[in-house]
Amino acid sequence: MMPGLSMRRFLGLSMLLLVPSLVVAAPALEGEIQKQATNWTAIGMFAIFVAGTLFITKWAASRTKSASDFYTAGGGITGFQNGLAIAGDYMSAASFLGISAAVMSNGYDGLIYSIGFLVGWPILTFLMAERLRNLGKFTFADVASFRFAQTPVRVFAASSTLVVVAFYLIAQMVGAGQLIKLLFGLEYWMAVVIVGALMMVYVLFGGMTATTWVQIIKACLLLGGASFMAFMVMMSVGFSPERLFAGAVQIKTDIALGAGQAPDEAAAAGQSIMGPGNFIKDPISAISFGMALMFGTAGLPHILMRFFTVPSAKEARKSVMWATVWIGYFYLLTFIIGFGAILFVLTNPEFLEADGGLIGGVNMAAVHLADAVGGNIFLGFMSAVAFATILAVVAGLTLSGASAVSHDIYSSVLRQGRADSATELRVSRITTLALGVIAVILGIAFEKQNIAFMVSMAFAVAASANFPVLFLSILWKDMTTRGAVVGGFLGLISSVVLTVLSPSVWEATLGNPAGSAPFPYTSPALFSMTLAFLGIWLFSITDKSGRAAVDRAGFLAQQVRSETGIGASAASAH
Amino acid sequence: MQDKMLERIASDPNYQELRQKRLRFGWRLTIAMLVVYYGFIMLIAFSKETLAARIGDGVMTWGIPIGFGVILFTIIITAVYVFRANSEYDELTDRIRQEALK
Repeated sequence: MMPGLSMRRFLGLSMLLLVPSLVVAAPALEGEIQKQATNWTAIGMFAIFVAGTLFITKWAASRTKSASDFYTAGGGITGFQNGLAIAGDYMSAASFLGISAAVMSNGYDGLIYSIGFLVGWPILTFLMAERLRNLGKFTFADVASFRFAQTPVRVFAASSTLVVVAFYLIAQMVGAGQLIKLLFGLEYWMAVVIVGALMMVYVLFGGMTATTWVQIIKACLLLGGASFMAFMVMMSVGFSPERLFAGAVQIKTDIALGAGQAPDEAAAAGQSIMGPGNFIKDPISAISFGMALMFGTAGLPHILMRFFTVPSAKEARKSVMWATVWIGYFYLLTFIIGFGAILFVLTNPEFLEADGGLIGGVNMAAVHLADAVGGNIFLGFMSAVAFATILAVVAGLTLSGASAVSHDIYSSVLRQGRADSATELRVSRITTLALGVIAVILGIAFEKQNIAFMVSMAFAVAASANFPVLFLSILWKDMTTRGAVVGGFLGLISSVVLTVLSPSVWEATLGNPAGSAPFPYTSPALFSMTLAFLGIWLFSITDKSGRAAVDRAGFLAQQVRSETGIGASAASAH
Repeated sequence: MQDKMLERIASDPNYQELRQKRLRFGWRLTIAMLVVYYGFIMLIAFSKETLAARIGDGVMTWGIPIGFGVILFTIIITAVYVFRANSEYDELTDRIRQEALK
């Protein structure tokens, strides 16, 4: 069913004021978010999800006895399950709502953005996934420090893990609070506390087993719901992409006409959603941002940790393959959903404010579309899925942060590997509790802040600190402890500092005048990654210490194990 | 792992073959992925018109099939590596393992 012509005329007038708010729409969850009326259907659906996952947590708790169970579910997850769990860990509510909103507002630019999030997976597959599995036990620091002095490398890895986790976690908590205010009509602080409390229950009692199943269930619900929406949209245009796009271009043209533009200008504005717009400004920013997304994916600690939950290199490879399939499919769906929102949301006065803006803000695009194609019950379902999505992501992040503190810092550095499994498990539970409380407090503290930069900051740090150290330690024989630590910290510090000096923090968050940012590009990755690689190289080749000789001599044993898996962690005992 | 077994594996021709083949294949695919993705980004940075050009009489532009193509390429290239590794490379690994544990 195509929106009628008379409706478009009406819209042309009513959308006069919509245009400015669409232009500023960004893929992250930002912009105005208003509290909605309490949505009991959504709350009911969410209660069912919580009951189900708590039941799973109870079952998982009975199986979580050792540190290995807690961190890696005893290594007993299959490749297919792990692929879904990785997808569940990666597809955040911000990417679902944010990207579909960006497609609705700017069309093609939303697709460019989502492609960046996908292209890191093959790199991770070709060069790292199976070697990670063969070398590691619980954390990526196990791999990065395999042949190096444990203390300095683990201190570095734990620091950069905690930095990445902190930024990602704050972004998710703030997103959760705003989203739930929006979808469920609950107070912001209540939403943050509910997310924090549930996440702690999953991780504390069920460890990686419960976290994995929460992520799998969430991935299935999100993919199922998004598939249904995309199907309904495509059915409405008789499964003809041309009709979908033509309808969207027509509506955008009418909006531009309604805003008082000349007919040829309006036609150009309508057609502009079919090609790249202003998302990519200069080539340096384009490359740098692309690098942060591509290599950041291969350096996110909570994603890397998932490779230790499978029993073998073969299953590790299958994990990334399935993850890539599901995540790629998901981004195709969000593109269709975004165009569907142009057809069904921008043309329906029910979803629009008197001034023409979307009720609840531009990020509600996918939510309103759920209402338009599936009615109130389906709207409740998708709202509950969005909440579940946040829970799954924060649980994975917390687990990864807890493992950095308990396994890398406490067990390997403070106790020099002499802590027994039960003590390590206790420390990780205490850390989980502490991280949960901190996340809730920071989530509430950052409510009014502009936090759009936080996810890209997490990716920039992962690409600039974790990825170079991990990548070179696996593949470059002459790397030494000194090179790893100096280069790693150079990447970590430079990526954080340059992000703070970039427009998204310096101007948007700190409130300095536009154009005053000392670092003019969108992302620091091009510079901070280069610095990290150069640092590792320079401080390794000039390293003539006794430790350096041990580091280099250890490469053969590391290589044999990384290539063949012989002698790999007994996590594969299942 | 004892030094003796380590040496035996390292000097096993199967091991050399596995290492070289896999590394070469992995790098080739990595470069292919980098070329495709950064080619796409460069197209956006330097020639937006190419992507915004219409294919036929309708509104469809070259950007849509190219963008979807990058997504499909990413999935397919990952699958290509995984299928080859899970058959050919794992067979080699098994042979190395048998030799080493003999």
